[in-house]
Order: sequence, then C-alpha cells, then structure tokens
Amino acid sequence: MNWDALIPLLVVLSSLLPGLIIFGLAEERVRTRIVLNLLGALSKVVLVGWMLWGVYHQHYYETRLVLLPGLELVLRAGPLALLFVTLSTGLWLVTTIYAIGYLEGSPHRSRFFGFFSLCVTATVGVAMAGNLITFLLFYELLTLSTYPLVVHRGTEEARRAGQTYLAYTLFGGALFLLGTVWLYTLTGTLEFTPRGFVSGAGEEHRPALVMIFALLIAGLGVKAALVPLHGWLPQAMVAPAPVSALLHAVAVVKAGAFGIVRVVYDVFGVEYATGLGVTDPLAWLAAFTIIYGSLRALFQDDLKRRLAFSTISQVSYIVLGVAIAGPIATIGGLVHLVHQGLMKITLFFCAGNLAETLGIHKISEMNGVGRRMPWTMAAFTVGAFGMIGAPPIAGFISKWYLGMGALDAGQGWVIIVLAGSSLLNAAYFLPILHAAWFREPPQSWPHEHEHNFGRKETAWALLLPPVVTSVLAVAAGLLALIPFSPLDWVKLIAQREFYQP
Amino acid sequence: MTGTPWGIILIMLPLAGGMICFLWPRVSTVLGLLTSLAVAVSVAGLGWQLQEYGVYRHAIGGWGAPLGIDLYADGLSLLMLAVTALVGLGVGIYSTGYFSCEDSQRFWPIWLFLLAALNALFLAADIFNLYVTLELMGLAAVALTSLTGSKDALRGAMRYLLATLLGSLAYLFGVALLYHGFGTVDIGMLAERVESYPIAWAAFGLMGAGLMLKTALFPMHFWLPPAHASAPAPVSALLSALVVKASFYILLRLWLTIFGPLNEGIELLFGLLGMMAILWGSLQALRQTRLKLLIAYSTVAQIGYLFLAFPLAMTTGASAWHAMAYLALSHALAKAAMFLAAGNLLRFGGHDRIADLDRVVQRLPLTAGAFALAGVSIMGLPPSGGFIGKWLLLEAALAQGHWGIAAIMLVGGLLAAAYIFKVLGHTFTQADISHEPVAVPASMEWAALLLAMGAVLLGFLASPIFSLLDIGNAFSLNGVSP
Repeated sequence: MNWDALIPLLVVLSSLLPGLIIFGLAEERVRTRIVLNLLGALSKVVLVGWMLWGVYHQHYYETRLVLLPGLELVLRAGPLALLFVTLSTGLWLVTTIYAIGYLEGSPHRSRFFGFFSLCVTATVGVAMAGNLITFLLFYELLTLSTYPLVVHRGTEEARRAGQTYLAYTLFGGALFLLGTVWLYTLTGTLEFTPRGFVSGAGEEHRPALVMIFALLIAGLGVKAALVPLHGWLPQAMVAPAPVSALLHAVAVVKAGAFGIVRVVYDVFGVEYATGLGVTDPLAWLAAFTIIYGSLRALFQDDLKRRLAFSTISQVSYIVLGVAIAGPIATIGGLVHLVHQGLMKITLFFCAGNLAETLGIHKISEMNGVGRRMPWTMAAFTVGAFGMIGAPPIAGFISKWYLGMGALDAGQGWVIIVLAGSSLLNAAYFLPILHAAWFREPPQSWPHEHEHNFGRKETAWALLLPPVVTSVLAVAAGLLALIPFSPLDWVKLIAQREFYQP
Repeated sequence: MTGTPWGIILIMLPLAGGMICFLWPRVSTVLGLLTSLAVAVSVAGLGWQLQEYGVYRHAIGGWGAPLGIDLYADGLSLLMLAVTALVGLGVGIYSTGYFSCEDSQRFWPIWLFLLAALNALFLAADIFNLYVTLELMGLAAVALTSLTGSKDALRGAMRYLLATLLGSLAYLFGVALLYHGFGTVDIGMLAERVESYPIAWAAFGLMGAGLMLKTALFPMHFWLPPAHASAPAPVSALLSALVVKASFYILLRLWLTIFGPLNEGIELLFGLLGMMAILWGSLQALRQTRLKLLIAYSTVAQIGYLFLAFPLAMTTGASAWHAMAYLALSHALAKAAMFLAAGNLLRFGGHDRIADLDRVVQRLPLTAGAFALAGVSIMGLPPSGGFIGKWLLLEAALAQGHWGIAAIMLVGGLLAAAYIFKVLGHTFTQADISHEPVAVPASMEWAALLLAMGAVLLGFLASPIFSLLDIGNAFSLNGVSP
C-alpha cells in the first residue's frame, strides 16, 4: 500500500466525509455533530503535520485519479500547497470551535456545519490542486458550497446578497473556464510546473497567451476581490460571523489570491509572464485595489463592512507581491497569505463576539467596549496593529519584505503605495481602538445577551479562538526566523519552486 | 454472435409487462416495478455481451435484412438503453408515492408500452422500424401527458399530439422517398447506396424537419413547454429526459450513417439553431414564474447544446460526439431529477410559484438537494456529467476557432445558473403567504435525489463510459454502422 499517494486524498476526505455525515444528522444531535467536526478537524491537522514534515525533508505526496482521457484529477502536496493547506486546516479547527459557541441554540446547524465542512474541503482541494482542471473543480465547488452559508439566515437581504455573490463568482468561473480550455487547446497540458509550462506554446501564440492570462486573472480576481470585481464581498457580510471569519477573510478570497500565485508562477512562469508584459498591469491593479479598499473602509460605520473593505485592500498585498516579480517581494506577498489570515480572522472573531454578546454592529456603538470585554478588545487591538504593520506583529514582516522586494526589483513606487496604505489603515483602525479603550461606555448595550457568563466576558468557545489567533499573529512576527515559521516556509518555497535554476 | 438474445428480451419484457398490467390492474404497481428492474438487468446483460463480443445484431426469425427485421446495438444504443432503464427505474419508484391507486393503474400499462417502444427504437436497424417505434412512442407519450384529464393537460396533450403526428408523418415521407430512391430501408445498406441525389436531400429535409419538430429544436419547440409542464411530474420527467432524446437519437443515427458523409453545410444550420435554442430557451426559462415551465424551457435550451456537436464534429470527430452523448446522458438524469423534485414541491406546497416557495430547504432538504445537484449538472459546473460534456465541447469549439459557439455555451451556462439559483434562492426564504405543508413520501424524495446524484457521479465516470461508447465505432463518419 502506497501511503504517499493516499495522504492528499485523505486530507480532502477528512473534511468531506464528516460534512456528508453531518448533513444526515438530526438537528438535535449536538454532541455527535461536535464530535464529528472536531474529529475531522483534528485528523486533518495530524495529516497535514505529517506532510509538512515529509515535504520539509524533500518528500512529495501525490494522488492521481483519471477524470477524462488525457486529463487527471491531481492532488499534490508541495511546499506552496502546504502553506495554504496548513493555514486553512489550522484556522478550520479554531473556527469550528468558535462556530460551535457562536451558533449554540440557533436553528439549522446540521446544514451549516455540513456546508462549512464542504467549504474547507474545497479550500484544501484548491490548495493541493496539481493542475488547472483540478483547481477549477475545487474552485467552483467552493463557490457552490459557500452560497448556502451566505444565505444561511434565510432573510430577503441574505437572499439578495447570495444572488450578488453568485453573479460575481459564477461569471468569474466562466471566464476562468474559458481561459483554461483555451490554454489546454494551445499547450495540451494543464499540469502546474515550477517556472511554468506555457513557454512551449510557441511565439505565434503570444497574443493569445496575453488574453488567456487576462481571462484567468479576471476569473480569480473575482474571488480575490480585485477592484472592480470586489462588489460581492461587503454584501456577503450578511452571513454569520464564523462564515465571514473563515470564508470571507481566509478561504474564499485566499483561494483567488492563491490561484493568482499559481497562474503567475506555475502556469506562465514568472520570467515568461514578465516577458509578456502582463505582470506590470497586474501590479498596478493590485496597488489601486490596496488604496481603494482602504479609502472605502474609512467611511464604513458598520464594523463588518469596514473589515470587509480592509480585506479587499489587504488581499491585494499578496497579488502585489507576486506581480512585482522579484524574489523578495514574492516572499512578502506569500507570507502575507498566512499573516493576513491570522490577523483578519482575529478581527472577525472579535466583531462576532461584540455582535453576539452585546449586539454591537456599528463602530459608533463601540464606545468603552474595552472595559466590558477586555480580552476580546485586546485581541482586536493586536489584529488592528498588525494590519497597520506595526512591529513586532506579523503584518510588519509582510510589509517589510514587500517594500524591500519592490526596491530590489526597481519598483520604488510600491513604497509610496505601502506607506499610503499603512497611513489609511491607521486612519480607519485607530479611531476604533480609541473609542473602545478611552471613551465612556454607554448606559446600556444595544442588545446584551441574556445569558450570564459569570466573571468571563463571554462564552469560552467565543473567547478562546480570537485570543489564540492573535497570539499566533504576534508569534508569527516575533519568531519569524525560527524553522517552520510562515516566513521560513515561504523562503523554502521561493528556493525550491520559484527561483531554482 | 453468441448467447442470449438480450435485444429481444428488452423489447418483449416491457411489452408483456404492460399487457398484464392492463389486463390485471391490481398487480400493476408491483409488476411494473419488477419489469423495470428486469429491464435494467437485461441492459446490463446486453452491455456485458457487447463488451465481450462486440456489436450485437439479431435477425428476428432468422430472416435477416433486407427481407426480415434486424435488431442492432452498439455502444451508442447501449448507452441510450441504459439511461432509459435508469431513469425508468427512478421514475417507477417515484410513481409509487406520487399516483393514487387508480392513476397508478392507468400509468403503468402506458409507461411500459412507452418503454417497449423506446427500447425497440434504440435497437432498430432500419429506418422503417424506426418509424414504427417513433409513432408508438409518440402516441404513448401523448396518452401519458393527458393522464390526469385536467383541462390544461388535455390542451397540452392535444398540441403535443398534433406536433408528434406531423413529425412522424414528415419522417414517413422521407422513408418512402429513400426506399423509392435506393430500394432498401436497412440503414447499413442505405449508407452504402446513398448518393447526393436530390431525392436523398428531399428525404433528409423531410426526415430532419420531422425529427427536429419532435426533438423540439428551436424554433419548433412551441409544443414542448405546455406539454411538459402540464403533465404529472413523473411523466414530465420521462418526456424531458427520454422521449425528446429518442427522436434526437434517430436524427443522430441518420446523420452518422447516411447523411453526414454527404455533408453540404447542413451541420452549420444545426449549430445555428442549437445556439439560438440555448439563448432563447434559457431566457424564457429565466422569465418564468412557475417552476415546471422553467424546467421545461430549460429542456429547450439543453437540447440546443446537443446540436452544437454537429458543426464541431466535422473536424474533431469522435471527441465532439462523445461530448454530446455525455451531455445527453447527464441531461437525462438531471432533468428527470429536476422534474421529480418539482413534483415534490408541488405536492408539498400545493403550487409551483417560484417566488412563494416557503423555506423548502429546511422542510424538504432532500428535494432541495436533488434540485441543487441536478442544477449543478445542468449549469455545467464541476464535478458533474454536464461539466465533462461542456468541457469537451468547449475544447472542440476553441480548437477549431468557433468563438461564437464557445461564447454561447458560456453565456448559456451563466443563464442556466441564473434561473436555477433564482429557484434555490427562494427555497431559503419565507414566503409572504405561509401554507399548510403536505407530507411527501420518502420514496419520492429519494428517487429525485438518487437521479441527481447519478448526474453528478457521471463527472467521474468519463473514461469507462467513453470506452463503452466506442463499441462499434458509431462515431466514425463513413464507418460501418447498422
């Protein structure tokens, strides 16, 4: 029995199977559901840990299933894939705990957790996809399995948000499909290869390749929320907090950003893409998105909407790092995939805690909330400073490498964008922190939870996840230079997959 | 050729079953289900035989063509028989919950006759036999449409009757012309003898027009939506999944063997009509406020995809035909599932107004799941049979630079997503007017769900199914077929 060929499949199944079983569970079987969820999440953690160790020691894991004559379903765990797999696996565990606490007593939990597991399945599939068709398959699965979570509350507003979400993502999916098939007719292969596989297509296909690049990036840009394809994200915030936290801060948007990394590095190859002249426009688009998202975030009073615009802005750091097309900037962009995930999920957890415990949805209602919920707001503060890029939190590392990389690649204008964005980040996060810590709390909160949590500020399941992720965000910054830190791993990726001669 | 005459069994079983059901109505449900099961087993037997010994040919009574009647089966026939058996089994199980005892006694004999006609059609080796089976199938289908006897149903059935009679009549004229011109009705012999004479083209014009009418290709689809929407749910499923495919199958056979090799640009016309069908059908589906009409218009659109294969196959050959066969197969399963799910919703809420669907996801999760999974295949999203078909067709279109076809396919997919999610969105929300839900039997929910799952599973079975399809090389133009 060849275990190496089985492990990627097991990683996918470890969330797929619990999800499918949960669909069939009766609503009141809370305990079985929790056990299944945690069992899936923990076994995935173990499997991913195993693969991390193996890949570090030059071992590779690959599953192949025949899909069509000549086209296979390939799941491959290389260093780059594992970066995203580890992120989503770890955060799935944390978010599952959070969701159990958040949704306690609310209806339709079997459906919720079922689709939640499907989303995670799709995300690890996207991460481990070894060719474009496998990527496409899981990418569309992610679209479909997120939809029921967006409309979960069953209100008219949720339904409309769901329609908007689909209009954007399915349109993007269609463009992506067109680009993929077109590429296949030119190259006859779709297998991700370090340094790209399109260069064999021949000189006469260069205009076609530029078009294909545009189609693929447009398809991925919808999920990565690149302006002007970002409109769905703020609307999708109608979903319950765990969904916003994991899916709209991490899984869905990152799937888009990760896809862009794949397309630039493993489909076109960064040198070839630069030669085609397609990376510069991408960098400009990313820079514009960074500034635009921050500007829009300034004017949102709804906390989750402000965070959503902040996500739009921050995800483009990843794209920017990739598009600058230099080794150091790439490290900055890729490591931000993890760092932004840790910080943004913290912020969303905290927003969910405020809404669930005190009924706070707006920033104007947050006066003095730091005294009522010190732990939550402490975690929020860490996340916010990380976003601004203050050392020693993880966000600083990303920005540092991005800036250095830009200078290294001779693209000084990026520094201005980074500085401007940091200023704007400070402008929309610091007032929140000021209000929460230094203003007087009001007489009563908008809608305080009836349940008495004793001396704690809220339920354990709600409190632990943001604290854990904020500690991780600090650790990722402080301990960036030890082995197996995100930064260390990204350097490994850059060494092995991107810039090896 | 050795072994059991599975072809004969496939025709005789449902015929005999239908007769007994008619004579002895009390056992019709049990007997009907048993017959459906036996047919499914026989198809498996035929499949095994094909794989072992290659194409199947049986001369009834030992006479052989051109005097006697031949039965013929290759990979394409096998696939059509298999999907007929599968959908038939699903619909049969569904009907036990759907029909009252009395309706059930009327449903089974007619449906088994229809099944016999379908099986005979897929096994026919000459164009006159095809006519006979086509006519039988049409009449049985009309009878099923009018089963409930309601005013709407009768009106729909009447239109359907006129359309189907006109279609078969045109086809029969074509048969007569071919027989007059080339002195045989056997497809294999015709393929050898036919030449590009005016008489051949006149025959093809008549046969093609008749079959396009019966397949409801745009702009001759006018009869389909009222007939399919007014029939009882299991009947709608059979009509949309199987009956329109049967006339399409004849057209495809004639094209592959007799008329395709003559080729004078007709395939472009097919492609053009297919593209218009996709757009028109999808847009009409999007406009509907009633669920069953929406699904019926979706069938009009999906039939368009099948016709896109004609222009694309001229250079890519087998790959485009494979794509088409796969689309036909997955559409049959998905569309049957969709109509059955619609039947559940109709039973549950007493209406099929899309905007008034009331929290169906919570209260009928299996049905909502069936509709959603079937929808995934209809939209052509992975993983599903619809995706495989669409991928191959898109690949063929782009490889040949048919940008128009590629664009229409993508737009059609998006429109399909729009009308399917229009329904799904409303299944989550609460309707303004709440209604008293009526319980839906588990058999009805599961039948729909299993068929939909079948359509999704097809997404992983492409390789084995393609190798089955290639038995007998039905798709090599100029090849030696029936």
